[in-house]
Amino acid sequence: MSVTIATVTKIASLARIAITKEEAARMAPELDNIMGWIEQLSEVDTTGVAPMTAVIPNHLRLRDDVVNADPLTGGGIRDAVLANAPQAEHGFFTVPKVIE
Amino acid sequence: MTDLTNLGVAAIRDGVRNGSFTAREVAEGFIANVSAAKALNAFLVETPDHALAAADAADAARAKGETLKPLAGVPIGMKDLFCTKGVTTTAASHILAGFTPPYESTVSANLWDAGAGMLGKLNMDQFAMGSSNETSAFGNVISPWRRNDGGNAALAPGGSSGGSSAAIAARLCPAATGTDTGGSIRQPAAFTGISGIKPTYGRCSRWGTIAFASSLDQAGPMARDVRDCAIMLGAMSGFDAKDATSLDLPVPAWEAGLSSDLKGKRVGIPKEYRVDNMPPEIEALWQQGIDWLKDAGAEIVEVSLPHTKYALPAYYIIAPAEASSNLARYDGVRYGLRDLPEGANLQDMYAATRADGFGDEVKRRIMIGTYVLSAGYYDAYFTQASKIRTLIARDFEQAWAKCDVLLTPTAPSAAFALGEKSADPIAMYLNDVFTVPSSLAGLPAMSVPGGLDHAGLPLGLQIIGKPLDEQGVLNAGLALEERAGFTARAERWW
Repeated sequence: MSVTIATVTKIASLARIAITKEEAARMAPELDNIMGWIEQLSEVDTTGVAPMTAVIPNHLRLRDDVVNADPLTGGGIRDAVLANAPQAEHGFFTVPKVIE
Repeated sequence: MTDLTNLGVAAIRDGVRNGSFTAREVAEGFIANVSAAKALNAFLVETPDHALAAADAADAARAKGETLKPLAGVPIGMKDLFCTKGVTTTAASHILAGFTPPYESTVSANLWDAGAGMLGKLNMDQFAMGSSNETSAFGNVISPWRRNDGGNAALAPGGSSGGSSAAIAARLCPAATGTDTGGSIRQPAAFTGISGIKPTYGRCSRWGTIAFASSLDQAGPMARDVRDCAIMLGAMSGFDAKDATSLDLPVPAWEAGLSSDLKGKRVGIPKEYRVDNMPPEIEALWQQGIDWLKDAGAEIVEVSLPHTKYALPAYYIIAPAEASSNLARYDGVRYGLRDLPEGANLQDMYAATRADGFGDEVKRRIMIGTYVLSAGYYDAYFTQASKIRTLIARDFEQAWAKCDVLLTPTAPSAAFALGEKSADPIAMYLNDVFTVPSSLAGLPAMSVPGGLDHAGLPLGLQIIGKPLDEQGVLNAGLALEERAGFTARAERWW
């Protein structure tokens, strides 16, 4: 399985990264090389092996089911949330028009 | 008076406590070193006021006869991956240009609560993706070390915590935070002749640490010696309900538990780490390390970690896959850069912003991650890599039946010149061949300086431990440190 320019263009679109034809042509052999190197994983027999889901055994916790259980991750901080937005108006993030 | 910037964390803490000098004198010394070392490009933001305020608080507490906090009077460097309230945080990427966090990461908050002050934010590989600090959007960090051949080639400080390693080696700070996803604390520590420990996954909260690969990312300290690492790690660690993978366990008293007597301990030597083309100097240092640990009372046993060779390719599926998901948040809407070409729609804006904001290596990894997670490839790549990760962790579990810690080299070479490997991604990835397996298994691991190579550059030895056994790792590290007697330092040219 080789990574072609068409594959790179498709992945870039999925990843929402604009690339030119020249960049796609430059990246294709690079990614092909990396994926070729990664291909060696297919030689490992993993029959009956479960994929790792937790690196250190740990139990999942539930937080208290109340509003603002931790003020640092709670609500009521609209202005702080918007403070770093490239563009915010009337208490909202603003983006280019999406409905004609 | 001695130059206070030659002191480490413990010596500064103790000196401030017993009144040998003031915390302000210490802070001023390091602030002067930072501002005189622009040529190293180790700092992205300097915060002398933060360091001085913490120092003055320490001095005032002492004047009032209060008990001083564990890091009172100790100024440190903060890797730019940690969000710091009111201080620009970019992860060395243009896509976070101007981002000023309205909150403090748990790890940095823990350090400030312990009395430490911040000298500034440290340069790094962009989003912690790199092994040479050449992927920063704000320029390379230059290692303070140079080869003794008179050539003055600019060398890599290692990565991704390259600003941290360079700053400590150049005496710009006595200690710094690092983060380690596949070796980003240990490899730069080895390249610059300092120490660094990645604790067990979950010891340090990830909350407020800009995410790269969440199942691997783990913060840890870098400092000049093992004791200083133990002190720093104690302050950084602890349960945090805001991180779902934080370990709800007490933080052991690592500094108090330090002991270099390894009688009754078994040290495993994994045979698969004898890789092809290993430079003879690295092999010799490894043997030297074996002899040092024997001298400390340990029994040496050979062990096998059969899936070692698959760790690096598995890592280069898992880490990019997680990165492609984590970095989806950079969309030009909520923070950082927005690139809105004339007449562009929302989708165009996302794509233009991300094309403009991410560096080449970050794009490469997002693309690999997107590819291995895409329909039709998920099982062949991501699931297979996750199964191999299980096998790698199992290898370590089986080794622990025979030994208490493992000893290996930290990196397959000494520091290389900037530009030497940047054209070949796989050659760069291979730098992490000895550090990645323990990252995949979430194990504590540290690098300590072992000696110099023929060119006068530092080489590191790595200790890997059982889950939660940071103490065993630190103690074996201390045994190496005492015997290596590493005192070499970079001669000042900057």
